[in-house]
Amino acid sequence: MTIALGTALTFRDVVRERSGEDVHSCFYCQKCTIGCPTAYVMDYKPAQLLRLIQLGQKDMVLGSSAIWMCVGCETCGTRCPNHIRLAPVMDTLRQMALAENYKPEPAIHALHRSFLDSIRLLGRVYELGLIMEFKTLGLLEGGPAVLFRGLSSDIKLGATLFFRGKFGVIPERVKRMDEIGKLYEEAAREQ
Amino acid sequence: MSNEVGKYSYYPGCTGETTSVEFDHSARAVCEAVGIELLELEDWNCCGASSAHSLNHELSLSLPGRNVALAQKAGLDIIIPCPACYQNSMSADNAFREDEAWRRKMEELLSFQYLGKGRPRHILDVFRHDLDIESFRAQVTRPLKGLKVACYYGCVLVRPPEKTGWDDPEHPTSMDQMMAAVGATPVAWSYKVDCCGASMTFPMGEVVTNLSTNIVEGAIEAGADCIAAACGICQINLDTRQAAQTKIPIFYFTELMGLAFGWSGAGKVFGKHAVDPRVLLRERGLLA
Repeated sequence: MTIALGTALTFRDVVRERSGEDVHSCFYCQKCTIGCPTAYVMDYKPAQLLRLIQLGQKDMVLGSSAIWMCVGCETCGTRCPNHIRLAPVMDTLRQMALAENYKPEPAIHALHRSFLDSIRLLGRVYELGLIMEFKTLGLLEGGPAVLFRGLSSDIKLGATLFFRGKFGVIPERVKRMDEIGKLYEEAAREQ
Repeated sequence: MSNEVGKYSYYPGCTGETTSVEFDHSARAVCEAVGIELLELEDWNCCGASSAHSLNHELSLSLPGRNVALAQKAGLDIIIPCPACYQNSMSADNAFREDEAWRRKMEELLSFQYLGKGRPRHILDVFRHDLDIESFRAQVTRPLKGLKVACYYGCVLVRPPEKTGWDDPEHPTSMDQMMAAVGATPVAWSYKVDCCGASMTFPMGEVVTNLSTNIVEGAIEAGADCIAAACGICQINLDTRQAAQTKIPIFYFTELMGLAFGWSGAGKVFGKHAVDPRVLLRERGLLA
């Protein structure tokens, strides 16, 4: 009997291939966790995520809220003694999680979808439209808790910006929208 | 210097026309004062902000890639005020250089030829490295004497160093030098490159309130009267989410430069801030 070895990539190898970052080389010094501004709202801290990736714990990693809490500030990557940039690793993990139907953090996922929808329609970001779609998607995906979270402070903030003339009322639109359309078609093919 | 002297393409970015309109207006005014000519990219699009790279790798490169493509014809470096736009545009430009298959595909999709020109540059990098500091000093008509400024660089302006490389990633000084050139006093403080929470302001405002308040308190502790920022989302987060007892004004560094240059639009942009900076400036005799 022959056994075929090494034909399929393991989870950690896929993460390494797709992100371009050598996640195997982490020796757990935890500099990334210490410098991370959002670690305090993560279920697994950045260094823990790296260790879970090394151990092949795919469900724990792709199902974690931590991958959605990363804001991509690049502090970890700048300080890592092994030059692992976690920002592109987190991007890879989010994209893998969505492709494999793990549940994303609803409010954050809703925000990103609203952004990309605004660009698909206008080629630009239109803040008022974006905020309305974000709140609607948040409600659909995460329920009232997402909609009402921080709502009073958000309304106050929105009003401040609005009355200082900082929201565009009429959306700006790219002229050659056919080109934006092509980019979205190509992106759908690549996914 | 690869660029034609004093001439640049310009990418305002979506927020340059809305939530960070003060940055766009003051950046244009300062550029004009020091003899930089800006040619706005024709029909530019959104760079994908922090969302494209979160959800879709291809769009995270192709959206800013279209802007880099638009810059090929003029062949001038692109001045970009927003650090996130700058960062995304650099990723696309690197992909054009390093991934031949992707470059060919994009060239075909958008009918253009990548010539390796139109390098994305942050405005602070251009100010500090393409011009002599003397050219800024020479424009000062109202030195910002006695104004103590905490220069806040935020996250992706100087990080990751292998992509940016024009200032120290932990202790940058370009903006401090600009502020000193216009007569202000930059303070030494510990939060120069800490993150404000960026786009978390939409889904998790309380995180941004926490981070922004820490940064503002750090500036106050260091004796600063105000903070100078170089990013639209940093400015708006610190300006609207600081929850300390004392609130301090959050400027764009270009607004302060404009003020020192006697720019007539300065008073108007200050009226758009959440924490009104005119009180402080009048107190210091810097604004009528």
